[in-house]
Order: sequence, then structure tokens, then C-alpha cells
Amino acid sequence: MDKLEINDLRINFNTREGVIRAVEGVNITLNRGEVVGLVGESGSGKSVTCNSILQLLPSPPAKIESGSIKWKNKDLLKEQKVDMEVIRGKEISMVFQDPMSSLNPYLPVLDQVAEPLIIHGMASLPEARKKAGEMLLKVGVSRVAENPRAYPHEFSGGMRQRAMIAMALITQPSVLLADEPTTALDVTVQSKILCILKELCRDLQISVLFVSHDLGLVAELADRVIVMYRGKIVENNNTKSLFSNPKHPYVKALIACRPTLDSKITRLPTIADFMDEENNKIQKDEKLDLNPIHLDSEETLVEIKGLFVDFPSESGLIRAIDGINLKIRKGTTHGIVGESGSGKTTLGRAILQLVQPTAGQFYLNGNVVVFKSIRERKRFCKSMQIIFQDPYASLNPRLTVEQILTEPMIVHGIGKSRKERMTRAMEIMEEVGLDAGFLNRYPHQFSGGQRQRICVARALTTEPEFIVCDECVSAMDVSVQAQVLNLLKSLQVSRGLTYLFISHDLSVVKFMSDQIAVMQKGRIIENGTADQIYNDPQSKYTRALIDAVPKANCSLSHTY
Amino acid sequence: MSLENSSSLGKDAWLRLKANRMAMLSLWVLVAMAVLSVVGPVLSPYSYDEQNLDRVFHGPCNEHLFGTDNLGRDLFTRATYGGRISLAVGLLATIVSLIIGVTYGMTAGYAGSKTDAWMMRSVDVLYSLPFTIFVILLMVLFGRNFLLLFLAIGAVEWLTMARITRAQTINLKKTEFIEAARALGYSHWRILFRHLLPNLVGPIIVYATLTVPSVMLLEAVLSFLGLGVQAPLSSWGSLIKEGADKMDAAPWLLFFPGIFFCMTLFALNFLGDGLRDALDPKSSKE
Repeated sequence: MDKLEINDLRINFNTREGVIRAVEGVNITLNRGEVVGLVGESGSGKSVTCNSILQLLPSPPAKIESGSIKWKNKDLLKEQKVDMEVIRGKEISMVFQDPMSSLNPYLPVLDQVAEPLIIHGMASLPEARKKAGEMLLKVGVSRVAENPRAYPHEFSGGMRQRAMIAMALITQPSVLLADEPTTALDVTVQSKILCILKELCRDLQISVLFVSHDLGLVAELADRVIVMYRGKIVENNNTKSLFSNPKHPYVKALIACRPTLDSKITRLPTIADFMDEENNKIQKDEKLDLNPIHLDSEETLVEIKGLFVDFPSESGLIRAIDGINLKIRKGTTHGIVGESGSGKTTLGRAILQLVQPTAGQFYLNGNVVVFKSIRERKRFCKSMQIIFQDPYASLNPRLTVEQILTEPMIVHGIGKSRKERMTRAMEIMEEVGLDAGFLNRYPHQFSGGQRQRICVARALTTEPEFIVCDECVSAMDVSVQAQVLNLLKSLQVSRGLTYLFISHDLSVVKFMSDQIAVMQKGRIIENGTADQIYNDPQSKYTRALIDAVPKANCSLSHTY
Repeated sequence: MSLENSSSLGKDAWLRLKANRMAMLSLWVLVAMAVLSVVGPVLSPYSYDEQNLDRVFHGPCNEHLFGTDNLGRDLFTRATYGGRISLAVGLLATIVSLIIGVTYGMTAGYAGSKTDAWMMRSVDVLYSLPFTIFVILLMVLFGRNFLLLFLAIGAVEWLTMARITRAQTINLKKTEFIEAARALGYSHWRILFRHLLPNLVGPIIVYATLTVPSVMLLEAVLSFLGLGVQAPLSSWGSLIKEGADKMDAAPWLLFFPGIFFCMTLFALNFLGDGLRDALDPKSSKE
């Protein structure tokens, strides 16, 4: 039988800091026609496992310690390079995460899709092109039929990923390995691609190993789900029973800590709540306080009137923001959702004058915000702050945390002496849940979640009233995301902060926001309370956004 | 973690540099080279231009450690004396090019749009000027002067430095920590010097260590054209040039200045690599 069997796989990485055990004794069986989801957070070893199947691991530093990968009576780990080339792409093929960089920009898409057939000697060039054209139509890429010489840059990310899938499936392989194939795409595009993948694999009887960090997404697709945690498999069950009856505390936590669209909670459970179940039951109950907090006031803190932003491009100006009016009430969170290119990020940056608006006014507490002189600039920067998406890029790697936190105080004249500023920095560190002893460390010594806490701490140093959160949890694992979202919520309560919360993830925005604005093509097409938007979406676009959110775990969100 | 008590980047960098054996060795080699250049001619019983026509092309011996040249001049004196000029020209011209190039490149990259375009187009214009003509022009205008020599060289070498700095600045400017700095209301000066410059150090240092040898060679070319150091004054560049001509008859004439030159360049390269790593907090183990 065509069965892929991974037995007791152990992979180490030999690094300067010592040996990292990336995979520790993993067993996976992939039966013919089966779709298996491999889920885990970053560093869990899921991608390493997946890449080892086709010998794609960089070695060194990776070293396979023991185990076997059985495929058609052969051990793939022991195969020679030449033999692997026959298997790769013909019997087992792969789809990667980033569609933007996985196609060669110098070759027409059609030829690239046809290439596996030619390489494996399965068809002549004209025949291969014909088949490739048919395959591309099947995955919904119609452009190639109109123009067979179309190059990758003429396609959107979603279309490129479809082409990648066509390329992977054109040889009719027995197994498809998909490593986070939709992570870089918008939700609506993601759901379309999942549909295509699902249908094609069912029709062609292809087994799929679908690697993802998103449990909800995998649930939509997979027959069976395997959850990895720190290099080990913690649970392996069919999708339904895994969700209805998760056994391992980590899996329970993963299911619970992702905000869902239809539940109303004020604090997300985190991994820690589940992992130390035995030591502090009472504390856990306290933490899971489900009472909603109402801070809403009628007072408007931020108002945007007639905002337009244009970017210059080769073909004239591109309008990124096309006339936006928005009122944000004090102490509330205003969510902004939209797909990439909708202008939501530009909106956040325009408010802080990080991009120059073409026209429009901002009011803070009823005062017009102007950035003409340095003094005015400082005054408004003090009360408005921003938290960025990438916690790795948003901290200066050459400054210690102490310098990062005290610099804004020096600039804005907060605290008289170094000692006073240090004390304040320590207080803020503790407020965001970090050890004050970390102050003399450098950013690279922290994890992504901790770094984002430092970013939050830095934003708080100037005692702002208003914070723009620009996709600030999008780059994080769900468990870390839950912690940061909880932190933002508790800070809002303790400091009375007002947020503009920008995200592509509707469920996260729903969890955070009182009001939600939906953006499309630089305009706000819908604006209302979070419940209104979710329960009664007015526009087709909003409905599509809501429908695209993977909901497999919705019905189970009450079980914890 | 070695950072528990110290928090200044300079102190950390020094600790990390001290841990890098190759860089420390190179540092000592450079110091020794500088000391030898200063002290050598003083200690030597001969002066750099003293001719002794009885002892022409004499190989290394007790009286003449490095031998003598075609006019019977003591090579040890000439080589150490040449070190003064080569090291001075090399380092000073590099510093001049560093200061002009980094300031110019950072300004252009940070300002962006039209300012950037104008500034970089003028760099292109200067690039297209033939170097020797440029130096001859300077010499004609201001007369021949040792100071002018490395000013002239520095004024040419900064062009590449400016381009490198500008490209790096443009990349860094897009990163979120610079945007965060702007959002925090920092002044341009603060962003430029506290946030951009330290992150430019890596490529700048690497390029600077490449500039020193090229400057020393340029000096030799100029000397050969009669624009730089004039005989009987010596520099490593001119000594190597002479030595290469007489390689068959008196190989030591090439060997000793060559060894000095090579050792300095190797030391500079290793020290440059060491400095780049030492100034990067990420390179510390753990």
C-alpha cells in the first residue's frame, strides 16, 4: 500500500549554543487518501518533521539521530540523493508557505507548472504545457488560459499559491506535503484555497500532510489531527474527537486560547492556565473572570475628518485612504478589519503622522492635531502611541531595555533624575508582566512575546491616552497572542486607555473591540458595534470576511 | 549572562573584543607597528636620506638590519620612516572619508526623495572625475603639501562610503524601530545618531578596513607619479614600488617593506572583523 510511515524520528540541531532537540521520537502514519493535520506552535518541530520527509533539512546543523521514514518499502532517510530526485515532485510533492518567493520571477507560470512533468519524463513539452493549462484551470487560475506567457509578478499572492498547488499536483503524486500553505494569505483567499485543495485531493486520492499553526484551520480540512509540542506528539486523534474531547492540557489550551467570533469573554485563557492545573486551581478560577467590563463613555477622544492618503507610484498616485471619517470614544477599543491592501495600516500610521496625509484633520480631545513644529509634534506624540506588528523589528537591537524605556522619558522630560526614570521603567516592566531585573538585557535575549511586552512598555512610558495597535499580535503563536491580548485589555482597564486595534483577523478584533470598522479599498464600508457587525453584517464583503474565519472550534469554546 | 552588571554598549564591546584573541593580537600588532614607526628612525644610527655609496645593495647584516638600497641608504630606517607616512595617510584619509561619507550618506538616505536624488547625483558626477586629474588640480591650486595628500585621497574615497551608508540607511529607515522612534517624538538628530548610526557600524567598519589598504596603495601610485611623497622621503608604497623593480638583485628591498605592509593590512582586517562583532550585542553568546 502507498503508506507513509514515520517511526520514532529524532532530529537534533547542533548550534553554537549546544544541541537543540527539535524532534523527539515522532510517529506519524499517513494512509492513502487521508488528510492529516500537523499542528503546533513555532519551535514545536512540525516543519522540521515535514521537511525531513523529502530530505530538505539543512544538514548541518540538522542531524537525524534515529528513526525511519518508510515509503513503498524504502526508508527515505537512507535513500541516495539521486533516488530522492525521482521521489520528490513525482511521488511526494510539497507546497511552501510564501507564494511570493516560491515561484521563479523570470519564467512564465505555465512553464513552471509544466516543469515537473518534463523533469520526470512524464510528458513532452507541448503535452506538458497542455496539461499544465488544464491543471491551472482546475485550481482557478484562468489568466494563463488568456495569456500563456504570464509571469509570476502579474499574479496576486492567492493566485500564485494556486499555481504552486497546481505545480505540486500535476504529476499526480501520492502524497502532498503542505507547509503552512495559506498562512501568508488573506482569510477570504485562504478559505478558497482550502476548498480547492480539499476537492482536488479527494478527487485524485492524494494523501495530505497539512502543517499549520492554526488548529481551527486544520479542523476544516483534516480527517485526523496530530498536535506537536516541544518536539513531541502530545495528541493524535480524529478531528471530531480531538475537538470534542481533547485529552492533553496543551491541546485543551490551544483550543481555548484562540478568540472566537460567537463567545463573549473579557480575558482569554492561556497555556499557563491549563499547564499548571494541579498547582493552582483557585488562582485559575480567579484569572478566568468572565465579567464583562464597561468603560464606555460618550466622550470622543480621537476624531478623524476627511482623511485622504496618496502614495506616489510609477503610474501616478495611488489612493491608499479614500475619505475616512471616524470617531473613537474614550476608553474604548475601535477595531479596524480589512484584507491586505485595504488601507488599514496606512490609517494607523497617518494618525501618528508616520505617513503624510494628503488631506484631512485629526482631533484629540477636541483639539486639532498639528505636527508643524517640533514642540507640537512632541506634545501629540506623548499622548498617542503605536505598537507594531513585528516585535523583532520594532526594538533597536543596539540598545538595552533600560535605554529603550528611559529614552522616551528623557525626550519628553518625564522624571528628573536617572534614578527616577529607572524606578519608573521598573514599574512599567512589572506592569507589563516582565521581571524588572531584565532591564539591562538586549532585545535579542527575549522571546517574541516578551519583546512585544517591551514594545507595549515603551508605548506606555509617555503615559499616552491613545494607542494604535497595528496587527500587534498577527506574528504570534495563539498562546502568546492570548497573553498579549489579555495584557492590552487589563492595561486598558487600569489606565483607561483608548485603542485603535488594527488586524486582519476578525475573531481577534471581535474579542478586543467595542466598535468595529470594516475597511475595503481605502474606505470604511461598515462601522458599528462589534455585535452588530458580527450578527448582522450589512455588506457582502463583511459577510465574506466572517464566513472565511475557520469556525471548527466555535461550538467547543464553552467546554473549558 | 555577562551583561548582568554592565549596561553600556562601549563596555560590553570592549569585553567582547578582549575575548576575541585574533582581534586583540591584531590590535597589539598595530600598536607595535605604530611604535616602531615613531621610535625606529630615532633609534637608528642612520638617517633616512643618508647615502653610503660604498655599501650599495648590501644584504641584511648586523650594521644594516634590513640591508641597504641602490644608494646605500639603510632600509630599516627608511621602512620605519615610511611607516609614519603610510600609517598617517592610511588612517587619516580613511577617517576623513569615513566622516564625510557617513555624514553625507546618512543625510541623503534619511532625507530621501529629492534631496537624496540630488545628493547622490552629485556623487555620481564626482565619481566620473578622473582621480589623478582631480589630485593634480588640487596640487596646482594649493601647492604640494603632505596634509593635502590625505585630504585629496579622503575626498575621493568617501564616495563609495557614502553610497554604502545611504543604502544601509534606506533599509534601516523602513524598519519599525525607526518608525517607533518617530512615533515617540524623537528629534531627527536623536534618530540619526542614537538609532541609525549604531546600526550602521557593521558595514561601515568592514568597508573602512578595506579603505585603509586601498588608500595606502593610492598613495604609492601618487608618489610614483611624482604627486605624493617625494624621494628621499619614503613611504611603504614607494618602497614596495622600488623594491619590485630591483627584485632580482636585492629581494630584501621588496621583502621587508612588503612584510610591514601585509602585517598591517592583516591586522586591520582582523581588528575590523573583531570590532564589528564586538559592537553587535547579538553576537554575545547566550
